[in-house]
Amino acid sequence: MVNEKSNLPTGQASLKSEIETLREDCLSPTRNWGRPTQIWIGCLLIVIAWGLYCYIHQLRHGLGVTAMRDYVSWGLYISTFVFFIGISHSGTLVSAILRITRQEWRRPITRSAELLTFVSLVFGGILPIIDLGRPDRIANIVIFGRVQSPLIWDVISICTYLAGSTIFLFLPMIPDMALCRDRLTVVDSRFKKIRKWIYTKMALGWKGTKSQWHRLEWSMTIMTIVIIPVAVSVHTVVSYIFAMTLRPGWNSTVFGPYFVTGALYSGSACVILGMAAFRKMYHLEKYITLKHFNLMGQIELVLTLIYAYLNLNEYWIPAYKMATAEGHLLNDLFYGSYSIAFWTCQIGTVMVPLIIMSFPKGRNITMLTITCIIIVAGAWVKRYLIIVPTLLHPFMPIQEVPGTWSTYFPNYVEFSITAACLAGIFLFITLFAKLFPMMAVWEVEEGIKIDHDKQSAIEIRKQREEEEAKITGELSALGNETIKQPT
Amino acid sequence: MQEDNKQKNKSNRRDFLKKSLITGGLLAAGAIGFEKVFSAKKDSGEKVKVRAPDGKVYEASSDHLKEYRPPPVTNAEARRGIAGKKFVMVIDLAKCDGCKTCTAACQTMHFTEPDREWIKVFKMKDAATTAPYFFPKPCFHCDNPPCTKVCPVNATFKRQDGIVLIDNERCIGCRSCMAACPYSTRFFNWSHPSALQIAAVGEMAYSPEQSVPRRMGTVEKCDFCPDMIRQGKMPACATSCPMNAIYFGDQNEDAVTNASGGTVKLSQFLIDNAGYRHLEELGTEPRVYYLPPKNRKYPGPDMKNVGKEKKKTKPMEMDMGNMQM
Repeated sequence: MVNEKSNLPTGQASLKSEIETLREDCLSPTRNWGRPTQIWIGCLLIVIAWGLYCYIHQLRHGLGVTAMRDYVSWGLYISTFVFFIGISHSGTLVSAILRITRQEWRRPITRSAELLTFVSLVFGGILPIIDLGRPDRIANIVIFGRVQSPLIWDVISICTYLAGSTIFLFLPMIPDMALCRDRLTVVDSRFKKIRKWIYTKMALGWKGTKSQWHRLEWSMTIMTIVIIPVAVSVHTVVSYIFAMTLRPGWNSTVFGPYFVTGALYSGSACVILGMAAFRKMYHLEKYITLKHFNLMGQIELVLTLIYAYLNLNEYWIPAYKMATAEGHLLNDLFYGSYSIAFWTCQIGTVMVPLIIMSFPKGRNITMLTITCIIIVAGAWVKRYLIIVPTLLHPFMPIQEVPGTWSTYFPNYVEFSITAACLAGIFLFITLFAKLFPMMAVWEVEEGIKIDHDKQSAIEIRKQREEEEAKITGELSALGNETIKQPT
Repeated sequence: MQEDNKQKNKSNRRDFLKKSLITGGLLAAGAIGFEKVFSAKKDSGEKVKVRAPDGKVYEASSDHLKEYRPPPVTNAEARRGIAGKKFVMVIDLAKCDGCKTCTAACQTMHFTEPDREWIKVFKMKDAATTAPYFFPKPCFHCDNPPCTKVCPVNATFKRQDGIVLIDNERCIGCRSCMAACPYSTRFFNWSHPSALQIAAVGEMAYSPEQSVPRRMGTVEKCDFCPDMIRQGKMPACATSCPMNAIYFGDQNEDAVTNASGGTVKLSQFLIDNAGYRHLEELGTEPRVYYLPPKNRKYPGPDMKNVGKEKKKTKPMEMDMGNMQM
């Protein structure tokens, strides 16, 4: 008993110092905007400016400045749109699913996952507008919108998901914003006044009272439950844009789950990449450990397995039958002009990662990062391979058309604008990471507290057990004595 | 020069036929005048002779001549369509010799760029062992149209007379309809219309029924020439076909007519000749029927170079080739 009492204060003291270092580790990167950051932001701005110039060029002269023509009427923009929307599934998976299943290890990685969701959704949503022939008539979608059109389903579900993921990103930021607000006054930093203002506004008057915590947790629970079906619906209806047509290769009932799995598979790989990047750059090695990579690697392994299984369904079933129109497309994919890209995607970015990640050594930080780079690149190319070859294999033969119509490869305008969107994503993440903590500080704190409680609980239990053993020992000794006495 | 016929189209098929014949005659008579008008674009103050509908010939300065076009119908009217009609086309593949006159006539009528073939003549060969044949393909104006279903803004729509049209003042250019059409019938205006085309179209009020003036960033396709139908005429492809292979008419009247003026009973015609619709299994219910290419009087296409030529030919040469058609 005496021991226990003296133990607790020292435990609390270590807990306090641990939390203090955590807070500093999370907040310090937001304070210095070093030279590398400035150069990085400068480069991104150049890419974005060039992309903007290309977009203005495209606005003035029409989509004819791209490589798209009447047969391939959707190209790199729509492929990238599908890819970005796929990436946006990462946040939901890691954050919501791990929250709902009460996985304690999720705590250090939820923020970056949610951020990735938000920002890839924003830029994913911009791409179809870039692809529009008449972006000036975008209001027609609201004025004349037809609910029967898959495109309108997309607009509705992407907007819902964007709103939901914004709330989902923002809610757990509130206590951290209060932390930033309170800490900023102590430390000197750039743009102090503006930042102070931003933090104060975003903290929404957070004081950390019991009722505030209660409300936060309550709304987080609701959002966690709501966001999962919304996320699933988003990629399902993205696939419906294609699956609702009669085209060979798209006319498939497996497209919904195929796209959702593909999205989770590429999105989770992006989360792992984000983890690796922030761990390295922000020196978060203490918090994001091999354990996290191992567990995320296992999730990625499962997703890759499901994705490979759906790929089998998507290609093997029609390939067994080889119906006329579908047969032409599959021949081109398997043996024709797209065969190298197709098999590189199927084997190089699905089967190889599958094998690598099956081994514990394949899930260490370096290996997993390399594997995930391959997966993400492959997922992007795969989107292209879903869209373009199908458009090049219509029911009617392609005859006597200008040579540029019967082939497609994106040109500089499309690459520049797409690169600008990617740069936009990086810029947003960089600015975010330079303004706000990239880990949910309070959530990690909570985790540390729970760990401590567990540990002290274990210690208490150990002591109790020892005491009990002592007592029982004494008792048994006594008993023995008492037993002995009669004899 | 064209007959001003604003009468509501209650005409039965004889009227329809008569009118198209009369108009045809008038067009032929005014052809010289027409040519003068078009060739006199450079001005020069020369005089041209123009025959009016009353038969008299007038002389006027070519600078002041403008082609007469009846004012287009309103957008609401263009969306509703012509009451009581169900337009239908029958193409007799046995008669088609692949001359592409229909394509050329269509391109003239709709001021299309040379690479745009609203009615395109394909060289088909279904299997290695079956006969090759020519296959003119306009828009099928499906009764279960995949294109109008996916349009997010109702810019492409199905009318009560069976015609599927596009409103290029509403189209947002998302190209969903192009992805949805299984027949590659739709074209996108990737760039501004060329200066030549703008000059040819002139100042025309837009209506979905005539599809011009074009607008960059919108979709276009074969429209069954509803503006001609309202004038009691047949679509340009049907009237121009020198083989009389293209029949056009009203399913409600159960009659179709070809360029020669021959009118047949549609239902019996399809039964007698085993008429069919292309890719029936897709369930789109096309309004264009085909008669099988049996007992052809003309040689079928040479299939040896089909599909290969596209890779060899440069785009520019291809355009010129099409222009000559």
